[in-house]
Amino acid sequence: MRGFWKAFARNRLAVLGGIVVICLVTAALLAPVLAPWDPYRPDVKKILDPPSGRHLLGTDQLGRDVLSRMLHGARVSLAVGFVSVGIAAAIGIMLGAAAGYHGGTVDATIMRLVDLMLVFPRFFLLLAVLAFLKPSIWTIMVVIGLTGWMGVARLVRAEFLALKEREFVVWSQAVGANAFRIIWRHILPNAMAPVLVAMTLGIPAAILTESGLSFLGLGVQPPRATWGNILNEGKDAIELAWWLSVYPGLAILLTVLSYNLLGEGIRDALDPRLRQSAGRVVSRGS
Amino acid sequence: MLAYALRRLLLAIPLLLGITIVSFLVLHLAPGDPAAVMVGGSEQPIDPEMYKQLVKVYNLDKPLWQQYWLWLSSLVRLDFGRSFAPHGRPVLSMIGERLPITLLLNIVEMLIIVATAIPIGALSATRQYSTFDKVTTIFVFVGFATPDFWLALLLMILFGVQLGWLPISGLRSLNWEYLSFWRQQADFLSHLALPVLVATFGGLAGFSRYMRQSMLEVIRQDYIQSARAKGLAERVVIGKHALRNALLPIVTILGLSLPTLIGGSVIVESVFAIPGMGQLMVQAAFERDYPVLMGNLVIVSTLTLVANLLADLAYSLVDPRIRVGRRRR
Repeated sequence: MRGFWKAFARNRLAVLGGIVVICLVTAALLAPVLAPWDPYRPDVKKILDPPSGRHLLGTDQLGRDVLSRMLHGARVSLAVGFVSVGIAAAIGIMLGAAAGYHGGTVDATIMRLVDLMLVFPRFFLLLAVLAFLKPSIWTIMVVIGLTGWMGVARLVRAEFLALKEREFVVWSQAVGANAFRIIWRHILPNAMAPVLVAMTLGIPAAILTESGLSFLGLGVQPPRATWGNILNEGKDAIELAWWLSVYPGLAILLTVLSYNLLGEGIRDALDPRLRQSAGRVVSRGS
Repeated sequence: MLAYALRRLLLAIPLLLGITIVSFLVLHLAPGDPAAVMVGGSEQPIDPEMYKQLVKVYNLDKPLWQQYWLWLSSLVRLDFGRSFAPHGRPVLSMIGERLPITLLLNIVEMLIIVATAIPIGALSATRQYSTFDKVTTIFVFVGFATPDFWLALLLMILFGVQLGWLPISGLRSLNWEYLSFWRQQADFLSHLALPVLVATFGGLAGFSRYMRQSMLEVIRQDYIQSARAKGLAERVVIGKHALRNALLPIVTILGLSLPTLIGGSVIVESVFAIPGMGQLMVQAAFERDYPVLMGNLVIVSTLTLVANLLADLAYSLVDPRIRVGRRRR
């Protein structure tokens, strides 16, 4: 663990990414306190005001403060990132562990399922599902999680295939420990490092996906503010109000960039060998 | 080679069946009665006549497996049903109009990505830690993090609104019919410029990264050392021996990232109002147009499957180890 921190601290970009991530999480958690205005109260006297001292990032078509809306939007990104990656990781770990540990038919079946899921262009699948569901933030999180577990499953399976031949596993099998216990207590803890890296890199991918869906109007619905749907509304005023199109996108860029730097930094610090193998297992947003 | 191709083809058949099962289930397991959803959402009162008709046409009164079977047997006859939109056109002809546009966009995009990412990646690997390498690394990280729809908006503001150089929506100008032949081509190309740029950006970042990685691994190999040792010019060592071997994994990665690239069409086409499969999908999702959504999903994923298969075969052509040795996992 000491070695990990030392290696991580030497990577200045990763540390910077980590600091930005902490700031973003804090800002999202404290959004109700930090936001200078009510993000949901329209004001007809201030429609599409350009950035100024009173409204640092301007106002939108309904005269709502963009900065306050973006701070509240950060909460959505944060929640979607963590929860959908949590769901994806849970499914991926279970299926990957089952496939890698049991092998044979179980393995073949699960891996064909992975192949099948990977054949669907993700946005097409997401749109087909979302068309018939009530588009709430919960639906979005679940749907993104359900379509994003394949990378983790492959990764966990590969780790299990390697680890189950090792002596400590073979010994536990020899003394009669049951499969469930061996998987959870002996193999999984040893396979967690690459999974954690994949999860860190999965968060920005989920954030990109959610903002894309909200931008299309099929994600989190107004009046709830998200970075994606502020951009969607900004698109209609593109010739009048550049600030509606520029700032939320900048926020997404900064967030995704920081998580990626952090994730890759953790990966390199954990184990230089992983540099090549762990890769970007959770696919990029689109 | 033929045996390998046949085996891959056989493996694709269950996947094809799987595609239809997932496409069917995704839309039928959604909560609520699909017929009711079609007739106008849960809030509005439902016209009982129309409801009965829909239930009958789509066999919604039958058990799920029978519905699937009926749907599948019409798919085999290339009958994808009719759209729920007022025009009620056959889904297959709607897709037929839009597929060439999406294919064109994706093929152009892929060619540009491959043509630029390979030299960029190879150069930054051979000059590791040089200024060029550092600049491309920054570009890669920014490229990965840039939302494509936002990049599209920025380019629209810059080139469309501020400078007025390029058109920002559709594929043809309003006066297209009155232009001379060459003007028509130029008009078409200028409409393609921004969408292709946006679609290429993210993929370019990814691929130059992979190419760099792959090249870095190859130039550390022994056979590169021996190529140098026998006195070959550095140009030949890098350009011929290293590059060829570094390209191998790129073929696989290209195949694997096809769904992501094609999925990107959804965003690009809807931002730039390009009448392709992606835009059709978004429209159908808003209108809850069942047959179009299902048909689109089946066709797009089948195409991805075919493209994956082609990438696999291409890989086995360039790397005989795959054919003879272990099966790729």
